[in-house]
Amino acid sequence: MKSLIKGAALALALAFAASGAQAEDKVKVGFVYLGPVGDFGWTYQHEVGRKYLVDKLGSKVDATYVENVPEGPDAERVIEGLVRDGNKLIFTTSFGYMEPTLKVAKRHPDVKFEHNTGFKMAKNVGIYSARFYEGRYVEGVIAAKMSKTGVVGYIGSFPIPEVVSGINAFMLGAQSVRPDLKVKIVWVNTWFDPGKESDAAKALVDQGADIIATHTDSPAATQVAEERGVHSFGQDSDMIKFGPKAQLTAIVNVWGGYYVDRVNALIAGTWKPDDTWGGFDSGMVAMAPFTNMPDDVKALAEKTEKDIHDKTLNPFKGPIYKQDGTEVVKAGAALPDKDILSMNWYVKGIDDKLPQ
Amino acid sequence: MEFTEAILLTVVTASTPLLIAALGELVCERSGVLNLGVEGMMVMGAACGFAAASLSGSTTVGIVAGIAAGALLSCLFALMVLVFAANQVASGLALTIFGLGLSGLIGRDFVGKQINAVPEVHIPGLTDLPFVGRLFFGEDVFVYASFALVVGIAWFLNKTRAGLVLRAVGDSHVSAHALGHPVLRVRFFAILFGGACAGLAGAYLSLAYTPFWVQGMTAGRGWIALALVVFSSWMPWRAVIGAYLFGAVTILQLHAQGFGLPVPSQLMSALPYLATILVLVLISRSRARAGAPAALGQPFVPDR
Repeated sequence: MKSLIKGAALALALAFAASGAQAEDKVKVGFVYLGPVGDFGWTYQHEVGRKYLVDKLGSKVDATYVENVPEGPDAERVIEGLVRDGNKLIFTTSFGYMEPTLKVAKRHPDVKFEHNTGFKMAKNVGIYSARFYEGRYVEGVIAAKMSKTGVVGYIGSFPIPEVVSGINAFMLGAQSVRPDLKVKIVWVNTWFDPGKESDAAKALVDQGADIIATHTDSPAATQVAEERGVHSFGQDSDMIKFGPKAQLTAIVNVWGGYYVDRVNALIAGTWKPDDTWGGFDSGMVAMAPFTNMPDDVKALAEKTEKDIHDKTLNPFKGPIYKQDGTEVVKAGAALPDKDILSMNWYVKGIDDKLPQ
Repeated sequence: MEFTEAILLTVVTASTPLLIAALGELVCERSGVLNLGVEGMMVMGAACGFAAASLSGSTTVGIVAGIAAGALLSCLFALMVLVFAANQVASGLALTIFGLGLSGLIGRDFVGKQINAVPEVHIPGLTDLPFVGRLFFGEDVFVYASFALVVGIAWFLNKTRAGLVLRAVGDSHVSAHALGHPVLRVRFFAILFGGACAGLAGAYLSLAYTPFWVQGMTAGRGWIALALVVFSSWMPWRAVIGAYLFGAVTILQLHAQGFGLPVPSQLMSALPYLATILVLVLISRSRARAGAPAALGQPFVPDR
């Protein structure tokens, strides 16, 4: 086994020499970002992860990124460009990069790829994502405790399984405390448009929501909540700066540890395509500090987070009913991962229609 | 009533940046220059406006800096299309890409910084009017500026000699040149004015609409402004209708979703664009010919 690793390491070294990489002892790693690194949301957190990687591995890694890469054919050109630049491991950090990543990977079997939030793998393409819904469940519990009007506003980006499962987890969390909580859902059909996100938040507050949850990328909704004197949950990163009085907590995506692990595996020659879906327990999802809430709510939130972390609580544990009352999961059972990943229905209690 | 008012208030704020940017581009196009760089100039206005307001602590300084940034960037465009007679479409697109990149660089240190939002200016007497008072006279300076721009530009284009010259240059630069009008100078000032307006519209986004800076926060509003110019058939008053129609449909669809209207959200999100296309079709059908300046997009090279 040891000789195998040595052999692999040697092969890797040879590959480097052959490709004529300028920095002989540094492994080149590339990142493809959907948004600008300064979006304070999704891309920002990947950038935090990349910086963590550079901090941890220092002289061993040369990690570059390309930002603002549109999904589709442009992405393919960018990924191809990163390969030609000598990158040996490339992280593509958006769902829409799935096909372009696979295409480029097929042409370059000696280069490794990691696709974020996708579901298709290959010999040299691994996938990774985080169980954001665990954080949403905690948010639902807090919202149910904190809402005075009994109406919560939820800004959705696109009706894809990741977002829908987030809404359902939020609702299930809320129902565990307060079964009659109402959720008003507004889809903005964009991941990033601060103006539109802010307008959506205003519309929801005007319609009686006193807590705003978002699944879009900018801090605009948190800022509106602060202005209007209601509460909010941040998304992707801790947005407390934008709503010191408004933010209750936020889901924080933590990719750094994963990036270090994968690059280390590459250096050691043990890299294999992997399907990683980490939650609280892996550290890939974290909650920002619980603020602006009474101690008993905070204690309940902390307990919920700990229970999910320790696996004593599963957000998608049965019984779960669809909107029309049909039972999806029996009492005592839990929804399988593949059903969470393909979720296209609302749980009972959401009186909104899911856009199909 | 209060609820309707709340909705309409957001309609006004959502429409204002579109209107300001569209008016600037309208003047620029009337002089015969097509500047597709509105998005780039707008985002530069947003970045520089926010940076200046954050450093100086004054939103007024921010507004001035936003205008200056848009105007400065438009000078670059003027250099390309007027001096080097470069292709206007390509130069405009390049300007947008350049602006998006440069604004990210300038705004890098300002992500997450806090500023005070531009205050609302109340006009005694007018603001107290029932309904319309709060709506049109309880807003921030940008909204007033957009009203002033509409009136000013309409007056300038239709009632002044300089406006007549500008239109002449846009319709036939060769004849205007033969008559002794300084074609390039007129176009330079028109480009500059368009840039200043785009910068002001951008400053509105980062100082009043969502008072923070994030890269790419214009989110395509510059392109909508460009479409509004065509929609308005190059007339200031119609630009107002276009901008408010677009803003209203955008806001109303969000509210409709909140009420749980059983219409697909994707269709709702597309509504503002569909409405714009529909009105465009209606306008072109009703013999009110879209009055594009005849020399729009053509470079002028004076024979020396």
